[in-house]
Amino acid sequence: MSPPADALIDADVHIATPAVETLYPYLDARWVEHFSQTLDRGASQHYYPKGAPNAGPPEAGASLQRLRADVLDGTGVEAAISSCLYAVDSVHHPDVAAALAGAVNDWLTSEWLQPEPRLRGSVVVPIRIPALAVAEIDRVADRPGFVQVLIPARTEHPLGSRLFHPLWECIERRGLVAGIHFGGAPVTPPTPTGWPSYFIEVYADMAGVFATQLTSMIVEGVFDTFPKLRVAFLESGFTWLPAHLWRMDKEWKNLRRLVPWVKRPPSEYVREHVRLAIQPLDAPPGPGPLLDVVEQLGGDHMLLYASDYPHLHAADPEPALLAHLPLALQVKVRSENARGLYRL
Amino acid sequence: MSPTMTAPAPTHALDAREAATPAPAVAGRAAPARPAIIDCDLHNEIDSLKDLYPYLSQRWRDHLDAFGVRTPNSGYYPRFMDHREDARPPSGRSSGSDVDFTRQHFLDPYNVAYAVLQPAVLANTALDLELGAALARACNDWQVAEWLDRDERLRASIMIASEDPVASAAEVRRCARDGRFVQVLFKGRLQEPMGRRKYWPIYEACAEEGLHVASHAFGAYGHPITGAGHASYYIEDHLSPAQSVQANITSLVMEGVFDRFGIKLISIENAFAWAPSLMWRLDAAWKLLKAEVPHVTRKPSEIVAGHVYITTQPIEEPPRPSDFSRLLDHFGAMADHLLMASDYPHWDSDNPDIVLPHTLPEELKTRIRYDNAAALYGF
Repeated sequence: MSPPADALIDADVHIATPAVETLYPYLDARWVEHFSQTLDRGASQHYYPKGAPNAGPPEAGASLQRLRADVLDGTGVEAAISSCLYAVDSVHHPDVAAALAGAVNDWLTSEWLQPEPRLRGSVVVPIRIPALAVAEIDRVADRPGFVQVLIPARTEHPLGSRLFHPLWECIERRGLVAGIHFGGAPVTPPTPTGWPSYFIEVYADMAGVFATQLTSMIVEGVFDTFPKLRVAFLESGFTWLPAHLWRMDKEWKNLRRLVPWVKRPPSEYVREHVRLAIQPLDAPPGPGPLLDVVEQLGGDHMLLYASDYPHLHAADPEPALLAHLPLALQVKVRSENARGLYRL
Repeated sequence: MSPTMTAPAPTHALDAREAATPAPAVAGRAAPARPAIIDCDLHNEIDSLKDLYPYLSQRWRDHLDAFGVRTPNSGYYPRFMDHREDARPPSGRSSGSDVDFTRQHFLDPYNVAYAVLQPAVLANTALDLELGAALARACNDWQVAEWLDRDERLRASIMIASEDPVASAAEVRRCARDGRFVQVLFKGRLQEPMGRRKYWPIYEACAEEGLHVASHAFGAYGHPITGAGHASYYIEDHLSPAQSVQANITSLVMEGVFDRFGIKLISIENAFAWAPSLMWRLDAAWKLLKAEVPHVTRKPSEIVAGHVYITTQPIEEPPRPSDFSRLLDHFGAMADHLLMASDYPHWDSDNPDIVLPHTLPEELKTRIRYDNAAALYGF
């Protein structure tokens, strides 16, 4: 039986980052002692400044009760793909990063995913040491509820690098989705031309980071090597993508002999392996150009409905985008594409 | 309006694409007249640093002999070629380093009315800032003597050691006395994003002297070439300037540089299909986060539309011609800010004969080939 036309799956919902004390029940005694007797308070960085106008109210996503009221019951979603943007990648100490990631995942399991089956989870990983990330995924991947591995868009090395191939092998083997999300706290600057002054620049420049990560994953042969890999771009925006596909295909035509393992035009890999959440819309004024872009994505299967709760965005996707789409495409964006991607 | 000069067919194949695509000339029939163009990205190369020695003091000649130009070691991306083989001059010098051959091989046959030179010298990435300033000055004197004085169609970009803005501003003011210098040249990857206060003395000099600011693709100041670390392959190096220039435009907008100094930015060799979505994204970001940048008092897309110009090379090649037309629709009034550029003599240069899709209206082609640049530079 086909689902109702108004079925809704939210591909990007956030659980607020916990204080380190909240994680004590999930940390070994060694680490409880470490956090209670040193200045270390866990990951201190945030991908959003805490009080930024788009960060949403601090209590949003801070309790399951609140998340149910705001998202699950509030919008009537049948499922919400959640992530906790806990910046373990900002921690240099690899053992602390791994311990924190493990504690967050156990906390998510016990206090969010087990009590609330509509909520699906994303595994937090210590991405800077891919072997530790693989170990953490293998530790928790069999638990019901986890459907995705959370990977920050900004990494110390591009995600296509061979350093990360064990990570892609693991995600593919476990049948999880690689959810590459806005943010990241590596030691390298967020642009190829140094550190910008303002958060608004980091926010705008993140589209360029997603674009270069896409380039990297394709030219390094990630999708040739791991042909079942599924990727979600979360809070990436998508209006930049058609232009980037044209450019990647052109570059591949000119330079593919430098990367001979890339057998097909890059746009084909993207359309086969990558889906994108609809927030932020980065919408042009008026629906015409936006509908052009949606058509240029090259298929009805590319976009995932997402609220990005509790983060605020400039455009409301209902009037700005969804209301202008043909009904069949609306159904795909609202639920069917996410159902297929996340095997719900 | 563009002049109606005509020019003979070129004597050399311009590039591999032309070899694959028959030239418009048919045996027994004269080639159609070429429309005049303004080329906003023509490279004047040095064959070696020795070309600049006549313009350097003995102190710096000795220094270069002993130490060379030390730059941030940003690594190397192996590739198969730098320049077009057909652009190699018979003199044996490297491509683009012989003004007579550039004239014969490119300027004359392609009916170039004006060309804006972009020199490739390491002045802007020299770690020794005093050396960088000396190289910039020598490069500019070399441009005057060996390029501008040799062909009246040529205009030039002022080379600067951008990481020393005070020295750069002085060099800008020195060169501005020669009206054939039309802009100041930044590389695309700098030590800091272009809008940062560090660089303001350069913009102040540009504003005073009525010069534009150009941001040419590539360069490296030690940072990884992506916002997520060091890439592996030249294909990534060649693609990523589109992201770098967007970061620089974002910085210039959010630091308030365009409205403060009134300067115009010319983006060179970064392609251009990214521009509409950048403007949409900046407006969305500003709507949410303008409290952080209260000095930005109007929509970023308006600021970009008033101050940013973009050269066409490497030309966008969407799979359907209609996508190219829709792209220009998305540019709106910004389509008047698109400037023809060849990037001669580099391997990826665009052939002016065939670079613009044949589906574009002739009037729009004329604007991109000539009128837009003529209005910008006052030619």
